[in-house]
Amino acid sequence: MKKKFVTGVLMAGAMALVLSGCSSTSSTTTAGATTAAAGKVITVGFAQTGSESGWRAANTESMKTAFSEANGFKLVFNAADNKPEAQIAAVHSFINQKVDAIVIAAVVTTGWDDVLKEAQAAKIPVILEDRTIDADPSLYAAWFGDDFNKEGKTAGEWVVKTFGSTPTNMVVLEGTTGSSAATDRTTGFNAAIKGSGIVQLASQTGDFTRAGGKTVMEGFLQKYGKTIQLLFAQNDDMGLGAIDAIEAAGLKPGVDIKIVTIDATKDGMTALSVGKINYIVECQPLLGDQVAKTVKDVLAGKTVEKMQYGVDGAFDQAQALAALPTRKY
Amino acid sequence: MTSWLKNLMKKRIMWPVGALVVLILVNVLYRPSFLKITVLDGRFYGSLMDILRNSAPLMLVSLGMCLVIATRGIDLSVGSQMAISGAVALTIISHSPTPNSLATVLGAIGVGVLITLLFGIWNGFLVALLGIQPIIATLVLWLAGRGIALLITGGFITTINSAPYKTIAQGNVLGFPVEFLIGLAAIIVVVLLVRRTALGVLTEAIGINPAASRLAGVRSRGIIWSLYGLSGLLAGVAGILYSSNIMAADSNAAGNGIELDAILAVVLGGTSLAGGKFTLGGTVVGVFIIQTLASTVTFLGVPSANVSVFKAAVVIVVVVSQAPMVRNWFGRQFRSSKTASPTATPVAMERTAA
Repeated sequence: MKKKFVTGVLMAGAMALVLSGCSSTSSTTTAGATTAAAGKVITVGFAQTGSESGWRAANTESMKTAFSEANGFKLVFNAADNKPEAQIAAVHSFINQKVDAIVIAAVVTTGWDDVLKEAQAAKIPVILEDRTIDADPSLYAAWFGDDFNKEGKTAGEWVVKTFGSTPTNMVVLEGTTGSSAATDRTTGFNAAIKGSGIVQLASQTGDFTRAGGKTVMEGFLQKYGKTIQLLFAQNDDMGLGAIDAIEAAGLKPGVDIKIVTIDATKDGMTALSVGKINYIVECQPLLGDQVAKTVKDVLAGKTVEKMQYGVDGAFDQAQALAALPTRKY
Repeated sequence: MTSWLKNLMKKRIMWPVGALVVLILVNVLYRPSFLKITVLDGRFYGSLMDILRNSAPLMLVSLGMCLVIATRGIDLSVGSQMAISGAVALTIISHSPTPNSLATVLGAIGVGVLITLLFGIWNGFLVALLGIQPIIATLVLWLAGRGIALLITGGFITTINSAPYKTIAQGNVLGFPVEFLIGLAAIIVVVLLVRRTALGVLTEAIGINPAASRLAGVRSRGIIWSLYGLSGLLAGVAGILYSSNIMAADSNAAGNGIELDAILAVVLGGTSLAGGKFTLGGTVVGVFIIQTLASTVTFLGVPSANVSVFKAAVVIVVVVSQAPMVRNWFGRQFRSSKTASPTATPVAMERTAA
C-alpha cells in the first residue's frame, strides 16, 4: 500500500515535469496589460505557433522588434509549442487581459470560431499572421503573410527564362506533404513552366529538412545519374542537403545540376553566393513592421485590405553577395 | 533438399531476410542498375552503398531499443536524445576557434555523447529504481529533450565547417563509408557484449519473468538501468552521425519519429514487444528493410501523397507473414506439395505490387 503511494507521488512528479516542459515554452513573457487610453501604449497579444524552424525564429524576432516599447507597443508574447489547444487558451487569456489587439499565427486552420467570436464581443480586433484559417472572414480584421503560390511562380519563371524551350530534365524536392507551402509552391511553379522544355523526371517529398533532401536526392542521382540538369527544391534546407548528395556523386552543384530554391535563409544565400545554388526566391519572415502598421491602422479605424502579402524578393549570385552581409536569419 | 529448406523455414530470421530479399528484387526488376556498384574517386558508389550508409543512425538506435524491449521496456526518448547530442556537439564546435582540429571535434563529440549517456541513465533511474512504467518514464525526455536541443541552438539550425566532423558521416575508409563502418562496429560491439557475456541471457531472463529472475539472484535493477544508459549512448552517437551527415544541428528534424522506426525494426526482426527472447540479427535485418523501403519509394517514384500507404502496405505484409498462424499455414502448404518450392517470396511480392 505504502509502496503504491510512493509510486503515485513519483508518477505525479513525472507528470509535473512533463507539464512544466510544455508550460515553460508556452508561458507568457509579459503579464498584465495597460489600456491604450493610459499613455497611448498599445497592448498587443501575439499567439505564435512555436519555434519549429529557423524561419519561425526569425519571424518571432521580427515581431518582437516591431512591437517594442520604443514603437509604442506592449507585447504579450505566447509560443504555443505547435499545440492548437494551448494557442486557443492563450487567445482566451489575451481577451481576459483586455489587450487592445490580438495577432495570431495559427497552428491549425480549424477550431477558431468560438474564441474569435469572443474577441469580437470584447471588441478586440484580430489580425492573422503567416497562416490562414477556416473561419468567417468577418471574425478577423486582416491576414498578413507570404504568397506561396507566387513564390513557386517566381521560381518557375526563372527556370523558363534560363532554359527556355531547351529540353531540360528536372527533379523536384517537395515540402511536407499536405502543407499549404508545399501545395501552393507546386501549383505556382507548374503553372509557370507550362509549355516550356522542362521535363519533370521525378518529384518526391523531402519534408522540408536537410537530411530528407539529401536522402531523396541520393535516390534521384542513383536512378537518373548525370541526366539530371535541374533541381527545384521547395526550401533552402532541402536544397542544401541535395548539394551534399550531388557533390558525393562527383557532380558540381550549380554547374552540372542547376539549383533553384525558395526561402533565402542565410545558409542558402551563402551557398548561392559561391555558385552552388543558382537562384533563390525569398519567403519573407520579417513581417513584423508591416503587421504592426496594420494593427495601428485597424485600431485607428482605417479600412485595411483583408488579405495582404509580404514583399518577397528573389536573388541571383550577385544579389546574394550584396545582401549577405546584412542578412539576419 | 526439402529438409534443408524446411529447416531454413523454421528459422525465424528467414522471414525478415525473405522480406528484404523481395524488396531488393522488386527494385532490381524495376531497374537493374539498383545493384550496380561502381568505384568513384576511390570509393564504392551505388544505391546499396547509400542504403548501408544511411541506415547507420537507425541501426545504432535500434540495437539499443532491441535490448531495452527485451527487458519488457521501451525507450521513446531516443529521437530527442539524437537532437540533443547533435546540438551540443555542433554548438561547441561552432563556438570553438579551431573547428578543424581533431581535439576540438573529439571533445565536442565526447561531451555530446556523454550528455545523452547521462540522460539514458536518468531514464534507467526512473524505470529500474523508481519503477515508473517505461513508456511514461521515457516520454518525459521525448517531450523535454527536443525542447532542450532547441534551447541549445536557440531555435535556429546551427551549421559548421569542420573537416574532421564531416568525415564521420561523409568520409570513406578503404572505399567504404565511415558512417557504415561505425554502424558495423556498433553491431559487433553490442553482439559481443550481449552474447559473449551473460548479459544477453540475463536480459532475456528478466524479460521472460522478472520475478523469477530476481528470485534466482539476477540483479535486474542494475541490468535494466545500464541498458537504458546504453540506449542513450547509442542514440547520442546516432545524433552525431545525423548532424555530421548534413553538417548542421537541425533540432526540429534530427531523429524526429526515429523511435517508432526503431521499434518497427525490432518487431520486423522478430523480437516480441512482450520482452524476453530477442534477436539482434533480426533487428539488423529490420533496419535494412526500413532503409531499403525508403530508397524504394524514391527509386520506384511513388508519388509523395501515397508514400505512407505504400510503406504501410509493405509493413503489414511483413508483419502478417510473421504471425505464427500464417507461418504454420505456409509450413503445411509446403509439406503437402513435394514438387515446387513455394516459399513466401511470390506471395509477398504479389501483395507488395498490388
